[in-house]
Amino acid sequence: MKKKHNFYILIVLFISFSCSNTTELDEGLVDNFDRQQILENVTDNIILPAFEDFTQKIVQLEESLSLFTNTKNLVNLEEVQARWFEAYKIWQHIEMFNILKAEGVYFIQKMNTYPASVSKIENNISTGDYNLETNNNNWVAQGFPTLDYLLFGLKANNTSTLLFYQNIENIAYLNYLQAVVSQMVHITEIVSQDWIVSRDVFVSSSENSATSSLNMLTNDFIYYFEKGLRTNKFGIPAGVFSAKNARVGNVEAYYNSTKSKELSLEALKAVKGFFKGETYNSTGTGASLKSYVDYMTETNILSLAIITKFDESEQLINNLNDNFADQIITNNSLMINVFDKLQEGVILLKTDLLSVLSISVDYIDADGD
Amino acid sequence: MKIRITNYFKHQTNAAPLAVFRIFFGLLMFVSILRFCSKGWIHSLYIDPIFHFSYYGFEFVKPLGTFTYLLFLICGIAAFLVAIGYKYRLSILVFFLSFTYIELMDKTTYLNHYYFVSLVSFIMLFLPCSAQFSVDAISRKKSYKMVPNWTIDSLKLMLGIVYLYAGLTKINSDWLIKAMPLKLWLKSKYDFPFIGQTIMQQEWFHFFMSWGGMFYDLSIPFLLIFKKTRSFAFFLVVVFHIATRILFPIGMFPYIMILSTIIFFDAKVHLRILVCIERILQIFKIKTHALNKPIIQIEHYKVRKLSKFIILAFLLLQLLIPWRYLLYPGELFWNEQGYRFSWRVMLMEKKGNSVFKIVNSKTNSFFYVNNNDFLSDVQQKQMSFQPDMILEYGQYLGNHFKNQGHQNVAVYVESYVSLNGRLSQQFIDPSANLMDLKDTFKHKYWINPLKDEIKGF
Repeated sequence: MKKKHNFYILIVLFISFSCSNTTELDEGLVDNFDRQQILENVTDNIILPAFEDFTQKIVQLEESLSLFTNTKNLVNLEEVQARWFEAYKIWQHIEMFNILKAEGVYFIQKMNTYPASVSKIENNISTGDYNLETNNNNWVAQGFPTLDYLLFGLKANNTSTLLFYQNIENIAYLNYLQAVVSQMVHITEIVSQDWIVSRDVFVSSSENSATSSLNMLTNDFIYYFEKGLRTNKFGIPAGVFSAKNARVGNVEAYYNSTKSKELSLEALKAVKGFFKGETYNSTGTGASLKSYVDYMTETNILSLAIITKFDESEQLINNLNDNFADQIITNNSLMINVFDKLQEGVILLKTDLLSVLSISVDYIDADGD
Repeated sequence: MKIRITNYFKHQTNAAPLAVFRIFFGLLMFVSILRFCSKGWIHSLYIDPIFHFSYYGFEFVKPLGTFTYLLFLICGIAAFLVAIGYKYRLSILVFFLSFTYIELMDKTTYLNHYYFVSLVSFIMLFLPCSAQFSVDAISRKKSYKMVPNWTIDSLKLMLGIVYLYAGLTKINSDWLIKAMPLKLWLKSKYDFPFIGQTIMQQEWFHFFMSWGGMFYDLSIPFLLIFKKTRSFAFFLVVVFHIATRILFPIGMFPYIMILSTIIFFDAKVHLRILVCIERILQIFKIKTHALNKPIIQIEHYKVRKLSKFIILAFLLLQLLIPWRYLLYPGELFWNEQGYRFSWRVMLMEKKGNSVFKIVNSKTNSFFYVNNNDFLSDVQQKQMSFQPDMILEYGQYLGNHFKNQGHQNVAVYVESYVSLNGRLSQQFIDPSANLMDLKDTFKHKYWINPLKDEIKGF
């Protein structure tokens, strides 16, 4: 009996300091939902093809620009503009993956911080002294929004824009245009390559910890839905975050804002596709957050509720003017309606979904209250 | 009866359990403070945030800027001095005050086990924990062999209360009939070695753990009291707490409980532990005896009469406090009126989303607040589903924007919460202007009732 007591105390002290490491999973015994399949499906059928497509589009943009630089005519200018929009559309499928290399090189911030700062851009052009790579003050002077300004915002129409670039005195503008585009190509290739290289490691990290792939992906997805989609595309332009009135200038693609609706619909499509695990640009579905939620809740009530919010948001956006700037000026309440509907989605994602998945976020100790 | 009571309070016992308890408690607290610092939590929890959630009546307790580090330093040193028993009374007083101050600085970090530490250190203020085996004993050259038995029993009772209430609160329909929230938590720990993908996904296992946890908590105080079952009970304590440590991010709590329950063993065990500690100290050439003069062994330690009554009243209060929720209408898990300080541990998977709307009540123009501008992630997470925190933060926002020059400020909250796997529902009455409300001990009528019923404690 007496020996036993000492023995227990020893156990306590021993186990206490050696228990926190987890060992390998025994994979032979799997008889339940396999989370790695989500990672495989999302990576192989969504992320990688989307990046491939996007890289292609951004390279095409660069090619069209060099064509325009050589031969400055209206056809070539409009080709650059068209390539800009094509790439911007595919970008809507990329922005939610602020993860791995993308996070490290501030990919999202560099590609799509809007509104662009006209004064910063003009200043960079006139001084010629700028660093798009390291200086984060320049996030507002590069990427899609800056191209938006340089391609659509300098003059009232394409004829005047063409004349502007044909004028040799404005060569600095053309140079800046090129610098911004090559920077975009450069970081896109870095992030894109990294996805290919780290695919295997990423896909195998399916455990439930703050730094595992699945948890980061889920958190990023929800963050994008709330911030990138709800707040940036609707909330801020509609003015719901400021005491002053609506801020038309905050519309995505402001200088070519007839395209703003199409961009936001594309973003919603990407969100829906990710949640349901639909293959990028093709038919077919695989394991996804949706199937995982269904497994955890043993019904599809929650996942259907979430998809319904996506669909309802889509309908509301469809009813908007193609040009969000016009929509805000004529009837801002319709913009706010979309914001409210997206907010209903945020609630389901941040409370119900996160609850059910018990995604572990190890900020601090907790005792589950 | 009266004689029996007086006899009970006269009963003396060896002081070793108190010494062991003091050493383990002090060391664990010392390690806890070190761990807290090393994780960078002093900065992220107390220095970085611009707003802190206060406890009712303790609004004056706020982080001290850079001096917060000093506070932790003092607390850590005090814990160490408690462990070695140096100027014990002063050390434990400083520890109690500094630790409790730290806990009162921000409600966000409320944990039952921090509350437990505060309570235990309060009790220890009145116990002769440095009677034996302490620096004090060496320096005063007096060591006391015996102490009143009730001093040790008071700690046992405190531990018993914790387990018993933790068990009672598990008797509710979510926990026992739905195996919630354990079902969600266990299923989500699929990366747990060996059983994560198999047994832990099984429904029977979720129920087994829920019911097992309830029976464990309810029976463990009794199993620890009786000598026959004590060793087995301690074995259970070790297994249970290690298991929870591996499964859930509950920090130091399991170790605190494991080492605390050693107090239930009789003095012989504790004397042996003291011998072990002595040997360890000898390795480091630390002498546990005075150099020249031998320590005088005194038979009995006299504890002041008042201490006895304070402890008695205190423990009685502890028996009552967890029941205060009965004074409120509505669902306890939802309204959280009387939820804290009552050993309700691991009972809820509750998440919320609360968006605050600042309205000019004359023009009806409004804007939403970005919570990131004011709160840390942890604060947002906790605030989003706790009514008193929603109110406190809402009023802070209202005053903040008033001071910025906004007119006719009214604050509304669009708050949604999901509880134990239920679909989320609106939490706070969206038409309630938070600026018109007051945080009191009265029922918070502005919480929308839960559209479901949870039966039980």
